Amino acid sequence: MNFFLAGLCILITGGLMAWLLRRESVGLIGAIMGPLMALLAPIQAWRHGKALSISMPWNVPYGSFFLEIDALSAFFLAPILAISALGALYGFEYLIPYRNKRNLRSVWFFYNILVASMMIVVTAKNGILFLTAWETMALASFFLVIFEAERPETLNAGWSYLIASHMGTACLLVLFIWLGRLNGTLDFNGFGVAGAREAGFMFLLAVLGFGIKAGFFPLHVWLPEAHPAAPSHVSALMSGVMVKTGIYGLLQVYLLLGPGPAWWGWLLISIGALSGLFGALFALAQHDLKRLLAYSSVENIGIIALGLGLGMLGRTLNDPFLATLGFCGGLLHVLNHGLFKSLLFLSAGAVVHVTGTRDMERLGGLIKRIPWTAALFLLGAMAISGLPPLNGFVSEFLILLGAFRGISSLSPQVVAASATSIASLALIGGLAIACFIRAFGVSFLGEPRAKRAQGAHEVRWPMLFPMVVLAAGCLMVGIGSPWLDRPLTLVVAAISGQQSGQFLADSIPSLLSLTMLGTGFLVLVALLAGFRIWLLHGRPVEEALTWDCGYARPSSRMQYTASSFAQPLMNFFAAITGSTTRFKPLDRFYPVAAEFTTATPDIARTRLFDPVFRKVRHALMKLRWIQHGHPQLYVLYIAITLLTLFLWKLG
Amino acid sequence: MSSWIELAVLFLILSNFALLGASRVTTLIQVAAGQGILLGLLPLLAHAKQGNLRLIAVALIAGLLKGVIFPVMLGRALREANIRREVEPFVGYSLSLILGVFALACSFWIASRLPATALFLSRKALPAAFSTILTGFFMIVARRKALTQVLGYLVLENGIYLFSISLGQKIPFAVELGVLLDVFVAVFVMGIAMFHINREFDHLDVGQLSALKD
Amino acid sequence: MSVPSLVHMAIAMITAPLIFGIINRTKSLFGGREGPPLLQQYFDIAKLLQKGTVYSRTTSWVFRAGPVIGLACVLIALALLPLGPLPALCSFPGDFIVMIGLLAVMRFFTMLAAIDAGSSFEGMGASREATFSALAEPALFLCFAAISQKAASLSLSDMFLRHSGDATHGSAPAPALLAVALFVVFLAENARIPVDDPNTHLELTMIHEVMALDYGGPDLAFIFYASALKLWILGALVVNVVLSGIESAWAVLAGLFFLAIIVGAVESTMARLKLLRVPQLLIGAGALAMLTLIVAMG
Repeated sequence: MNFFLAGLCILITGGLMAWLLRRESVGLIGAIMGPLMALLAPIQAWRHGKALSISMPWNVPYGSFFLEIDALSAFFLAPILAISALGALYGFEYLIPYRNKRNLRSVWFFYNILVASMMIVVTAKNGILFLTAWETMALASFFLVIFEAERPETLNAGWSYLIASHMGTACLLVLFIWLGRLNGTLDFNGFGVAGAREAGFMFLLAVLGFGIKAGFFPLHVWLPEAHPAAPSHVSALMSGVMVKTGIYGLLQVYLLLGPGPAWWGWLLISIGALSGLFGALFALAQHDLKRLLAYSSVENIGIIALGLGLGMLGRTLNDPFLATLGFCGGLLHVLNHGLFKSLLFLSAGAVVHVTGTRDMERLGGLIKRIPWTAALFLLGAMAISGLPPLNGFVSEFLILLGAFRGISSLSPQVVAASATSIASLALIGGLAIACFIRAFGVSFLGEPRAKRAQGAHEVRWPMLFPMVVLAAGCLMVGIGSPWLDRPLTLVVAAISGQQSGQFLADSIPSLLSLTMLGTGFLVLVALLAGFRIWLLHGRPVEEALTWDCGYARPSSRMQYTASSFAQPLMNFFAAITGSTTRFKPLDRFYPVAAEFTTATPDIARTRLFDPVFRKVRHALMKLRWIQHGHPQLYVLYIAITLLTLFLWKLG
Repeated sequence: MSSWIELAVLFLILSNFALLGASRVTTLIQVAAGQGILLGLLPLLAHAKQGNLRLIAVALIAGLLKGVIFPVMLGRALREANIRREVEPFVGYSLSLILGVFALACSFWIASRLPATALFLSRKALPAAFSTILTGFFMIVARRKALTQVLGYLVLENGIYLFSISLGQKIPFAVELGVLLDVFVAVFVMGIAMFHINREFDHLDVGQLSALKD
Repeated sequence: MSVPSLVHMAIAMITAPLIFGIINRTKSLFGGREGPPLLQQYFDIAKLLQKGTVYSRTTSWVFRAGPVIGLACVLIALALLPLGPLPALCSFPGDFIVMIGLLAVMRFFTMLAAIDAGSSFEGMGASREATFSALAEPALFLCFAAISQKAASLSLSDMFLRHSGDATHGSAPAPALLAVALFVVFLAENARIPVDDPNTHLELTMIHEVMALDYGGPDLAFIFYASALKLWILGALVVNVVLSGIESAWAVLAGLFFLAIIVGAVESTMARLKLLRVPQLLIGAGALAMLTLIVAMG
C-alpha cells in the first residue's frame, strides 16, 4: 500500500510543480514515476493473494479515507497505471508543436490529476471519497478535452461531456445516499443487502450513472464528441481506461448488491448487443479517424457488457460455466480493450502529428512514409477486430465459449441469452473487421489522397516506444493467455461468488491450444515467407503500375474512398441507423455539376436527446421571468430559500 | 405418423419465412396456397385412423378453399391489377426475416407458458400456429400493396385454423367453419374492392390511401 | 496427434485442387463442352510457382504478405478439421471458433492487400467481401450453435461423431435445414454462384476474383491453393453435417466430391443473384440455423 500512496504523492506533486514552476518536464517525470511506483501495489496484491488496504479518518461527515486494493481494484488499477505512464511519455513528444501556442503546464497538471483521481476511483471504498474522486476525474478530463478551446466544436464537445458526466453523477449521488441512509455508513464494507425491489432500483441507477461514463448505448452521445477532441494521449487514456471506470463502478455496485434477478443479466446483454451493433455501425460511418476509434469504444464496451451480462445471468441461474466464462471474457476484454484502443489512439495521434489531419479521405499511402506507425496500427486493428493470435480474440473466445456452453443448457432462458449473444457477437465481429480494414486500408495503404499525406515522416522514439510496448502487450496476451489465469481467477471468484477456479481451469486446455496454434501460426507464416523468398530468388521481380484492368493512368483520386467502402453495409443497415443519401445525378450531355452526399448522424442524439432537450428547454423558458439581472432580487431569493428551509425543518 | 406431422409443421414454419422473405407476389400466392394445402392435410394425417367422416369433410373443404380457391381468385385479381412485385415495403425483407425469427422464438415462449392442454397434433403445432398468426399480422402491417395485405389476412386465418386444430376437439369445427366463411366473404369483397380501386386510381398502393383522410 | 489425422491432412492438401477440377468438369458437361482436364488447377499452380512476378509500385509489404498469411491461416485451420470419424490433428473445446477466426484473418489480409493496390476495382471487391462476410459470420456461428446443441459438445471432432448418436432429437428435417444453411454460407464464403461468379474476371459483379487481380507468379499460386483448401474445409463441414455418424472417412471423401458436383450443377443452372439480394440470402441462412435451434428446444 505504501507504494500506492507514494506513487499518488509523486503524481500529484509532479502535477502541482509543473503548474507552479512552469516546467513541463516535472509534470512528465511525475506522470511516469508515480504510476510506475504505484504499479508495484497491484503486483504485490496478486503475489500475496489478499487485499491491501488503508483507512484514515477524514473530517468530512460520513467520509473516510478508506482505500483498498482487492482483486477487482487490482485488475482495473494495473492497466490504468501502465497506460498512463506510457501516455505521458508519448504526450511529451506529441505536445511539442503546441509549445509556444498554448499553456502546456496546465495540461500536465490536469493529466496528473486525472491519473491520480482514476487511481482513487478504482480503490476507494467509501462513498464520499469515491464520488469526490469521480467528480475530480470528470473535471480534470473536461479541462483536457477543451485543450483546443478556440475551436467551437471542441468547446461543444466539452460542454456535452460535462453535462452528460453530471447527469451520471446525479444518479450516483442518489444511489450512494440511498445506500448510506439504509445502512448508516458510507463505507462500502458497511453496506448491507437491501430489499429485492430496492436493489433493483439501485442497480438501474448504477447502470444509468456508470453507463454514461462507460458509454452504453444510447447514453454514449458525449463519447464520440469528447474523446477525439482531446490531445491523442489523453484520448488514449480516456478511451482506453477511463471509460472502464464505469464498468468498474457497475461491478463494484453489483458486488455490494449481490446477485440479483435474471433481468439484470438480460438488461446488460441487451445493452451490450445494442451498444456493440450501433457502435460498430457508426464507427463504420465515420471519416474522422479518431471519431471512428471513439465509436469503436462504444462497440467494445458493448462486448464487455455482453460478457458481464452473461456472467450475471449465469450466476443468477446457477450456471457456473456461463458465469465464470462470461465474467472472465468480459473482464479480460476490459484489459484488452485498454491495450489495443490506447495503441490505436496513439498511432492515430501519430498520423495527426505528421499529417495534420484526421480526415481519412485526405490520407492514404502512409505505410511507406511512416512504416512503424503503420505496422503498429495494423497490429492494433487486428487485435480490435478479434482476430487470432492477438488478444482481442482471446476475450471474445472466452465469451463465445461460455455462450456455446449455454446453448446446450436445459434452461430456455440461458439458451435464448446465449443464442442472442452468439449472433450479436458474430455480427459485431464482422462489422468491426469491415470497419478496421477500412480505417487501416484507406489511411495507410494505396496512394496519398492529399498533399499533406505525401510529405510525412516517421515520428521519433518517445512516441514510438509506448506504442511498441502496447503492441507487445497485445501479442503477449494473445499468445500467453493461460498465464493470466491467476489475476483472472481471483477477480472472477470475487464477482461470481463461487469457487470459479475449477471452471476456469476447465478452459485452460483451450487457452493452451490457442497458445500452441498462435505460435504455430507465426512459425508457419515465417516458413512460408521464407519459401516465397526462396522461390523468387534469382527470378525477375518487376515493378509496374497497378494493372487496374488495363487502365493506363490510374490516379490517387480513383481509389476506393472510405465512404464508398462502407456504402454497401451502410445501405443495408440504413433502416436502423437512419443514414441518408442525397444524390444529384449527372444530366445532359455536358453535365455541369453532380453531387453525392451521405450522412449518418447519431440516432441517439437526433432521435432521443435532441427532442428531449428541446422540450426541456422549452419548459424551462417559462421560468425566464425569475432571471432579471438585478442582484438585489437574487439576494432576496437566497433569503426566501433560507427562511423556507427554516420553516420546513423547525416549524 | 407423428414424424409426418412434425415435418408438415416444420414446413408450415418454413413457409412463414418464405412469406416474409419473398418479394414476388406470385411467389407469395403460391406459398400461401401451399400452406393451405398443408393445413388441409394436417387433420387427415392426425385422424386417419379414426376415419371420422365429418372431420375429413371439413378438412377437405378447408384445404380446397385455402389451397385452391383463394389462390386462384387472388391470382386472377393479380392479373387484372397487373402488379408483379411488392416494391418498397414498409419493412425491408431482411429485417422481416429477423423479426420472423424473433416472432418464432416468442411463439415458442408463449406456447410454453400456456396451460398444458392435451396436445393433439405435436408440441410444435401450437407455436407454429402463433408464428403463422404473427406472420399474417406482420404482412398486413408491413406491406404496401392491398393484395399482399389480403394475403396477410389469409395467412392470419391459416394460423387461427392451425391453432384450433392443434387444440383438438376443444374448439368446435363449426366455429372454424364460420371463420372460414368470413374469410371467404372478405376475400371476395376485397377482390372486388381492389378491382375497383385499381380501375379508379391505376395502382394498389395502400400508403396513398392516407391522402384521403381529411 | 495421431497418424490417421496426419494422413487425412495430407489427403486434403493433395486433393483439394481436384475439387475445382470436378466443379469445372461438371459445368462443362452441363454446357455440352469437353472442358479443362480434371487436374487443371494443379497445372496452373505448378506453372505459377515457376514464374517470376510483377508488383505494382503502389503496393507495400501488406500486399506481399497477403497470400503468405492466407495460406498459413488455412493450413492451421486444416489441422482443426475432422473428417468423419477421423479426429482433427488438434481438437479442444471451442476449436471451431478458432477455425472461423483463422478464416477471418485470411479474409482480413486478402481485403487489405486488395486495397493496397490502390485501384477502384479491387477496393470494390474488398468492400463487397467485407459486407457479405460480415453478414455470413452470424449465420455460420448460428449453424455451429445448432450443431453443438445437438451434439452437446464444443469440439469439432466430437460434434460430428456424436451428432447422430442420440436418437432423442431424432427429428430428421433438422440436419437437412442446417445443411442448407451451411451450404449457403459455404457458397458465399467461397465466392461461388449465386453470390459471386468465379468465371468473370472483368465484370463489376465480381467479389473474390477481383481482389487477386494484381497478383502473379508464386503469390497467385499461393492464393489458388489457399482458396482450394478453404473450399475443402468449409465443404467438409457441410458434408460432415449431412453424413454425421457415418463411420467411414471414405464416405465423407466421396461426399466432398459429390458436393463439388452439386456446386457445379448449381452454377450451371442458376444465375448470380442481384447484389442487393445477397444479404437477404445470408440472413435467410442465419434464420434457418436459428429455426433449427428453436425447434430443437421446443
